Amino acid sequence: MAHVTTLLLLLPLLGFAFVLLNGKNMNESQIGYVATGVVGLSFVASVVTFVLLLHRSDRQVTVHLFNWIDVGTLHVPAAMLVDPLSITMCLFVTGISTLIHLYSISYMHGEKDYKKFFLYLNLFVFSMLTLVLANNLVFTFVGWEGVGVCSYWLVSYYFDRDSASSAGKKAFIYNRVGDVGLLLAMFLLFSRTGTLNYLGVFQKAGSLSPTVATLVVLALLLAATGKSAQIPLFNWLPDAMEGPTPVSALIHAATMVTAGVYLLVRMSPVLALSSSGRLTIAIIGGVTAFVAATIATSQKDIKKVLAFSTVSQIGYMVLAVGVGAYAAAIFLMVSHAFFKALLFLGSGSVIHSLNGEQDLRKMGALQRFLPLTFPTFLIGWLTISGIPPFAGFWSKGDVLTNVFAHDKPLWVLGVVTAILTAYYMSRLFVLTFRGTERFREVTHGHDPHESAWLMTLPLVVLAVLSVLGGVLDLPWIHHNSLAGFLSSTFGYVAPIGAQSTLSQWGLAIVDVAAALVGLAAAFSIWRSRSEDERLTPPFLEHVWYWDDFYDATIGRPLERVAHFSDTVVEEEVIDGAVMGIAGGIHRSAEGVRKIQSGFVRHYALAMALGIAVIVVYLVARAG
Amino acid sequence: MNVPAAWYLVLAAILFGIGGFGFLTRRSALIMFMCVELMLNAVNLTFVTFARTLGDIGGQATVFFVMVVAAAEVTVGLGIVVAVFRRRTSTSVDELSELKG
Repeated sequence: MAHVTTLLLLLPLLGFAFVLLNGKNMNESQIGYVATGVVGLSFVASVVTFVLLLHRSDRQVTVHLFNWIDVGTLHVPAAMLVDPLSITMCLFVTGISTLIHLYSISYMHGEKDYKKFFLYLNLFVFSMLTLVLANNLVFTFVGWEGVGVCSYWLVSYYFDRDSASSAGKKAFIYNRVGDVGLLLAMFLLFSRTGTLNYLGVFQKAGSLSPTVATLVVLALLLAATGKSAQIPLFNWLPDAMEGPTPVSALIHAATMVTAGVYLLVRMSPVLALSSSGRLTIAIIGGVTAFVAATIATSQKDIKKVLAFSTVSQIGYMVLAVGVGAYAAAIFLMVSHAFFKALLFLGSGSVIHSLNGEQDLRKMGALQRFLPLTFPTFLIGWLTISGIPPFAGFWSKGDVLTNVFAHDKPLWVLGVVTAILTAYYMSRLFVLTFRGTERFREVTHGHDPHESAWLMTLPLVVLAVLSVLGGVLDLPWIHHNSLAGFLSSTFGYVAPIGAQSTLSQWGLAIVDVAAALVGLAAAFSIWRSRSEDERLTPPFLEHVWYWDDFYDATIGRPLERVAHFSDTVVEEEVIDGAVMGIAGGIHRSAEGVRKIQSGFVRHYALAMALGIAVIVVYLVARAG
Repeated sequence: MNVPAAWYLVLAAILFGIGGFGFLTRRSALIMFMCVELMLNAVNLTFVTFARTLGDIGGQATVFFVMVVAAAEVTVGLGIVVAVFRRRTSTSVDELSELKG
């Protein structure tokens, strides 16, 4: 098992190294297929590891790679913890990565930096696997930073575009703020428990005082808000859509942005110690879900809608973590990976067919021209809206049921968000595929064309997964499904209360009703128009002026400080000191210089006088 | 007739003063050399005076050393002065400033 797991982790790195060293002799498709192949093999290795894990009774294996840091009492090995949680993550990360790599072969065809794209993508998969497989926080941090830097590179992929390079910087800086949280959590845990190994921390978690536990949970939450784009650090994600669409699908929808949720779920035994910490998590998640959903209703760029939708869905996951429904969070994470990757890749296919146009107002009536993208997108749309029997219905229902049992106000917020979700996704769908043709200007009068099979195949696979994903965790077989499989990982599973079958049915009906209300509203409004100032108010379109708020409270004051440093501290204080010292020496030298007359007799006189002084001194002393 | 030692010493001091004054005031390299010689020999005179007064031969021996060294120095120095004079028809030390930094 150790070998298979090692292979699972190292294959993407091997692919990266191979293309890096050998890329000059390879053509485009060779690079693409090698990069896709290693990730595909990594998926196979994940499946094998999963099967092997199922045959073990303890369901927990530590695979030691090498000793990484050994200083005093700090022992940090590069080691992997294979347990139900990490292998679930590995399965869907490598699986979806394979599909998106395949899609990219065709999507990125003819790009200038084709090789670079696949290098970063492979490195990203390796970092993501490090993040989820690591058995201690430090090694996780390596993966955490690795995915961050790959995300930065890929967002800024079109770095000759100003917007892309500044979006990359924005993503990087927001993530840095979150990383401080992860570091603080590590410092706190190490100072209190003396170890950073997950299993070690969990063993000693009981000795943490409630205050420390709450601080750790809040620090972890800060880390999660950065990586998973939650309030207050969420608005880097929409800007990250400047990257190529496969990157948006893989990194900024399916995998990396869920790393924060993974971290919280992984640390569930610590979360169990702090109810106020969990309540904060739940509120952050619920509010983010709602805020992002309102913003998504008013965006004009197809990818921006999907980006805010991602923020909103991750908000649901964080909400689920906050109420202790870890299995529900992971279930939503997996099914979200399926349908959001599907929606992003579908939007990529649409954008591709319209020569790169992303504006919803310039689409419409594409149903007829995209015979494969349309039905798959339809499935993705129904899935995220929460229509049974697709995966989204089951996973979102699972979350909302758990939230209902713990916190009624947050549940109401969740249901309102569900209505909004159905509404903005239907708006997106109607504006893209139905209504009137508005794209002729973009395509110069031609018909849009369906993408190549390399791009449509992943769409079909993801559509099938979105349809069937619900069977991972149907409510009436909880114990033999994902939740039962994962339960051994969590230190604490919130009791689900006395949820009768009747109330479960009731909640399910509420979910469906919410979805249908959103759907119907969107169809009746957007069937006949493509823009409406009243329904997309500037407040929502400009993301609640969140960027402007940060600009006014952080950006401008810092700019003023920088300006002050530039004009006063730099020019007057530092330069003044340097120039002052130099000038002083120069002026005193000007004076002393006069002694050096260049006349021999002056020197001789000085010598004679000097000797005379010495003689007088000696005589005086002798006398 | 026995001349007191003090007279020799006064003469030596006068000679030294003349030499020193000349060295400081004259510009011609040749005259400056002569002044240096005058100072050297004034010192020699004091050496000899003290050698006789104290009955110590060491003072007289030192004078020989000084004379030999002075002779060597004059040879080299005059060589340089002649070479300079050939090139620029003047031996004023104030104009010899080519090596000034």
